[in-house]
Amino acid sequence: MEKVETILYGRRWKSFLGFIALILILPLVVSSQYVFTLLILIGIYCIITIGLSLLIGYAGQISIGHAAFVGIGAYVSGVLTVKYSVSPWVAMGIGMVATFIIAYLIGMQVLKLKGHILALATIAINIIVYILLVGLSDYTGGAGGLVGIPNLSLLGLDLGNQVNFYFFVWSIVFVVILFSTNIIRSSVGRILRSIHDSEIGTETLGVNVTKFKVAIFALSAMYASLAGSLYAHYINFIAPPTFYISFSILLLVMVMVGGVHSIWGAIIGTASIMFLNEVIRFVGHTYFNINGEVEIVVYGLIIILVMIFIPKGLVGILDVRKISPVKSSIKKDVTIKKNVASEKGV
Amino acid sequence: MGNLLQVNGLTKKFGGVTAVNDVSFHVGEGEIVAVIGPNGAGKTTLFNMISSYIQPTDGEVLFKGKKISGRKIFDLAHLGISRTFQNLQIFSNMTVLENVMMGTSVNIKTNVFSAGFRLPTVKRDEEYAYKAAYEVLTMMEMSDLLHEQAGQLSYGLQKKLEFARAIVYKPQLIMLDEPMAGLNDAETNTMAGYISDLKEKGHSFLFVEHKMATIMQLADRIVVLDFGTKIAEGTPDEIQKNEKVISAYLGEEAI
Ligand SMILES: Nc1ncnc2c1ncn2[C@@H]1O[C@H](COP(=O)(O)OP(=O)(O)OP(=O)(O)O)[C@@H](O)[C@H]1O
Ligand SMILES: [Mg+2]
Repeated sequence: MEKVETILYGRRWKSFLGFIALILILPLVVSSQYVFTLLILIGIYCIITIGLSLLIGYAGQISIGHAAFVGIGAYVSGVLTVKYSVSPWVAMGIGMVATFIIAYLIGMQVLKLKGHILALATIAINIIVYILLVGLSDYTGGAGGLVGIPNLSLLGLDLGNQVNFYFFVWSIVFVVILFSTNIIRSSVGRILRSIHDSEIGTETLGVNVTKFKVAIFALSAMYASLAGSLYAHYINFIAPPTFYISFSILLLVMVMVGGVHSIWGAIIGTASIMFLNEVIRFVGHTYFNINGEVEIVVYGLIIILVMIFIPKGLVGILDVRKISPVKSSIKKDVTIKKNVASEKGV
Repeated sequence: MGNLLQVNGLTKKFGGVTAVNDVSFHVGEGEIVAVIGPNGAGKTTLFNMISSYIQPTDGEVLFKGKKISGRKIFDLAHLGISRTFQNLQIFSNMTVLENVMMGTSVNIKTNVFSAGFRLPTVKRDEEYAYKAAYEVLTMMEMSDLLHEQAGQLSYGLQKKLEFARAIVYKPQLIMLDEPMAGLNDAETNTMAGYISDLKEKGHSFLFVEHKMATIMQLADRIVVLDFGTKIAEGTPDEIQKNEKVISAYLGEEAI
């Protein structure tokens, strides 16, 4: 028998191949160090936004506080390696597990809230974590930040090297995509989608809906933590402002622009916003002589425009397969007519 | 003994309105019990209390002798009770197959991590869910609609779909809130056929309906509600002759 997964969701290796090809080709065409850094940061941010798209697009929950979890990951890695000389890999693992547990406990309380209130609660989480990062200065270095976080190295391979780190980060992104699509293409993915259509219907079938929402919340926080660790080891320096609400909002914009209902949307959105970010900064600073956070104004505008004009995000425009609901609905009309006809014929 | 579901003195007050007033009855194993009554009689409210959507103001519900009132909604399916809704609760953006596979959730252990890591149990769960769903959909002659989006189906087919989803994991007690509403005669007969087939296999039913002919043909026993109060209970023959029932329905079209 054909695999059930294939019967339901088709195959995914084509998108995977495209993804891998792109990752392999980019270094051949990109020579600028500046663009390379950007590509690496995009990879790191993609890990977060993929988690957010699971949370927002699939579990239907909002978070304007994910920068907090990025911060926890970054600081667990930073503090453990700098102050306690723990191996970076071990520190990263500890960060992920700790963040998962923290987010799980938070999620059990917070996800009882809905809509705006949930959004506010996640902002509050972000603020609390920010205050802790600044306040626990004996460990975190406080507002001054934490310096001297070591580069990663893998089996003797120096990941401080841009190219090596590029491939390393994007391999992790690939693993995250694999893991996430494994979830989406299983009963868990169906449960997450069914919650959107009818939460009461889902519960009636014996599903503890809250448990799944909390699990996805914690998983997305764990992804964020992983990204935070990678960031810390890449930039070698972390400071609390990086992990403030403005970063949470930026992440949200990326997911919304790309399209929340697809993992690929998260990636497209992240890349688009990162490049746009650079353009805005360049144009704003060079031509209008604006200093400071021009981007934030533009993000607000982008969110509004996206919500009005492309609620499904960029992926909704770009991906042909996503148009298939329209196509198949035409086909469906035919089947329905046929059915009605046959029923009437009885 | 033999009583699968026991309802004792269930009462529900919404502010000043007593929607259900001190209603008691039972459903035996392998039995089909119908709840009838004019619009607004409290049938859906009664259903909602039994399946834990709302908590009774007074009274209790026992399933196999154990108290189930006050439990979480999702516990009920695990105990062996499933239900459908008067206003459909299908998953419109999912396919027919996916909808019915969701009905097997009770027997599925897959969680976020086993799914992410693709543990062997996930494949087993998926195959089980698929086979069970396919079997039911074939039985209900919907196997050519597997990949259709549920929201695009005709109303009659959506009703069938919700029914398929409710029976796929073979629950002992199946509660149906107006399963035939909006169906044409042919569809109604088909649905009645499925219900009596499942009864043969030992499933019990509690259902609300307005279509009298079908109720009389299917039900072993009928509970009649009027303004929240049980005014009669008995076999179809008894109910048809009952004075109180006739007067409660006076003014309603006699079907
Ligand atoms: N949540 C609620 N709040 C207030 N009143 C309610 C609520 N739910 C139901 N009622 C009232 O309780 C009474 C019984 O309603 P219910 O839906 O149980 O009737 P029903 O027998 O299922 O009717 P129908 O045949 O139209 O489906 C009605 O008067 C209704 O207005
Ligand atoms: Mg009703």
